[in-house]
Amino acid sequence: MADGGQFSAAPFWQNGPSPGQFYNTPGTNLASSQLPRTYTQQPIVTGTSVLGVTFTGGVVIAADTLGSYGSLARFRDISRLLKVNEKVAIGASGDYADFQFIRDIINQKVLDGKCLNDNYCYSPVAIHTWLTRILYNRRTKINPLWNNIIVGGYDENEGSYLGYVDKLGVAYQAPTIATGYGSYIAQPLLRQSYESNNNNFTEEQALSAIERCMRVLLYRDGRSGNQYEVAIITKDGCQVTSPKPISTNWDIAEYVKYV
Amino acid sequence: MSSIGTGYDLSASQFSPDGRVFQVEYAAKAVESSGSIIAIRCKDGVVIGVEKILSSRLHEKSSNQKIYNVDRHVGMGFAGIQADGRKVVSIARDEASEYRQNYGSDVPLKQLVNRVASYIHAYTLYSSVRPFGVSAVLASYSEAYGPELYMIEPSGLYWGYRACAAGKAKQAVKTELEKIKANDMTCEEIVKEIARIIYVVHDEIKDKLFELELSWVCKATNGEHQLVPADIASEAIRLAKHAMEEDLDDDD
Amino acid sequence: MAAELKKAIYPENATIGLPTQHRFDPYTLNGGTIVGVAGDNFAILAGDTRLSEGFMIHSRDTSKIYKLTEKTFLGTCGFQGDVLTLTRLLNARLTMYEFEHRKKMSSTAISQMLSTVLYYRRFFPYYTFNILAGIDTDGKGCIYSYDAVGNYEKHTYHASGTASSMLQPLLDNQVGYLNQEGVRRVPLTIDKARTLIKDVFISATERDMYTGDSLHIVTITSDGVTEDHFPLRRD
Repeated sequence: MADGGQFSAAPFWQNGPSPGQFYNTPGTNLASSQLPRTYTQQPIVTGTSVLGVTFTGGVVIAADTLGSYGSLARFRDISRLLKVNEKVAIGASGDYADFQFIRDIINQKVLDGKCLNDNYCYSPVAIHTWLTRILYNRRTKINPLWNNIIVGGYDENEGSYLGYVDKLGVAYQAPTIATGYGSYIAQPLLRQSYESNNNNFTEEQALSAIERCMRVLLYRDGRSGNQYEVAIITKDGCQVTSPKPISTNWDIAEYVKYV
Repeated sequence: MSSIGTGYDLSASQFSPDGRVFQVEYAAKAVESSGSIIAIRCKDGVVIGVEKILSSRLHEKSSNQKIYNVDRHVGMGFAGIQADGRKVVSIARDEASEYRQNYGSDVPLKQLVNRVASYIHAYTLYSSVRPFGVSAVLASYSEAYGPELYMIEPSGLYWGYRACAAGKAKQAVKTELEKIKANDMTCEEIVKEIARIIYVVHDEIKDKLFELELSWVCKATNGEHQLVPADIASEAIRLAKHAMEEDLDDDD
Repeated sequence: MAAELKKAIYPENATIGLPTQHRFDPYTLNGGTIVGVAGDNFAILAGDTRLSEGFMIHSRDTSKIYKLTEKTFLGTCGFQGDVLTLTRLLNARLTMYEFEHRKKMSSTAISQMLSTVLYYRRFFPYYTFNILAGIDTDGKGCIYSYDAVGNYEKHTYHASGTASSMLQPLLDNQVGYLNQEGVRRVPLTIDKARTLIKDVFISATERDMYTGDSLHIVTITSDGVTEDHFPLRRD
């Protein structure tokens, strides 16, 4: 039946190509050369806050181990801290792929240094300044590395060092630093306990301040994970601890009534 | 010497009528006139030792190394022209780094040696370049592959070795090497053997001053290539000198 | 019918299939205020030490005053990423100048170089607002102010940054004796200038969210340089 009556075969697919013709899927019929060139416009797999606190004789930085894909808790056990050498560690929030890129470059840099066999090791300020240049130069190419990075370190001559650098190249040092959601929630808590403690922490105080803030962040930051790693850098070296779960108490939950 | 390759030795891109590339052979001559290098693969690692001949007392000790780190797990020693050797080290480092960039793991020595050898070989093919006057020894130790040892010659030819030697005392060293049961020995023992051989073959009359460089990559160093710690090295050297004196006494 | 419907859903100028353009913004404003005042034999450069971004205070002790030479200082605020880059570039250029000419660059020379450096990035500017303070070759204090692309002018006093529109009229009145009749023009002394600067910053801190924490004051005379810190409101 040539008239397309009810007994004839249905078209192969709606709005499909005639037999022997090419078909353009909607949205793909634009030559890519017509589009403006674009680079990273948003982060994809992301890590949330990183916290950093200085104490007498060292620095501690902490980050949970969650990699989020939008609102999906996509990777639950990935490390966002990197031990650079015995003096320096970094922690990164933001795009995880960009962090991995930076991590690989730093690792190779450190290895290149080791090949020279001269016992030289990058100081905290050297790593921080270098990262500042990398991130700034990338933003200047409108192709940013989408991260907020905390650099923590201890150097016999320079003492405790805690620095921040973001995807634009804004960089500073401070005794306590928090990135991402933590800059709203954790940073005030850290500053308060640090300042009320005469601008001076012991290692134990720093760690307990961190633990408290990580717990508050777990309660309040929807993109946070329930375990975190800590990097501790002192004159004795730098070590990244294995992930530690955050204890929580939900007893109050049953008293909360939603009207 | 001037007669041997007449007419066919000005370019690396030309064969002689009997099928030789003289430029490459001259490069091998450059290696033969340099201080000796020894590398031995034993049961738990590889040890490299180089007789670094010092042409002047004014030279700073430890300058112009003959053994270098290529990567965390790979070490390279060489005999031949110092500047050429450094270039080969730099090539090997770049290759190791690129491998890690692409595959995210340590480069297997077999692949690294293949890449470096291809590069050295390429320098034997063109009239615009001069071959490397270097025999390069590459060593590594890993859980997956155990101890590995290769030597690349100026022609780009390479072999895997249980023990190898190059440099002016190559023949004497090889005779010594064949006596050693390296497969049953540890790195610590091999260090002493290498020190002994270097001191034995060293030509006290022609090359007065020399420095012994020793490195290893083994189980004990966690697969890392390192210079042999100063105390172990100096003990090996002490024993080597002691053995020499005893030999002299025996001769008397 | 179908055509009408299509038109209703997809207006003619709509770019169907094109990705929405959400451009990455390479700039941010980190706030802060700087003031420079030049007298007959001195120059004072002052800036608060707050580094902020939006409603966040990143740091309370990041100075905006950078030492360029023994007698030339740069106050700079705006986008701190550019500030860091610009100051590093200037230091590199000053070092090169010193090596080539075996002398330090004069304040006047630096003032022209800064303009050139800024204009070099005319079409992707350093988003920084600068005040250069120093002692010129006659031993007199000098102040230069710049916009982001290198337009510059010599002044006796100037304010830049987030509270500049509050401070500038105050300085016009108190230092420039502007818009007044029959006013006695007393030459400015170091003490008067410093007191005035502290006062204007105290007032600016009350009104401007991005200014505060502490004030870094650099006083340059031909005899040398003194640096002071003065606490400001931290809220």
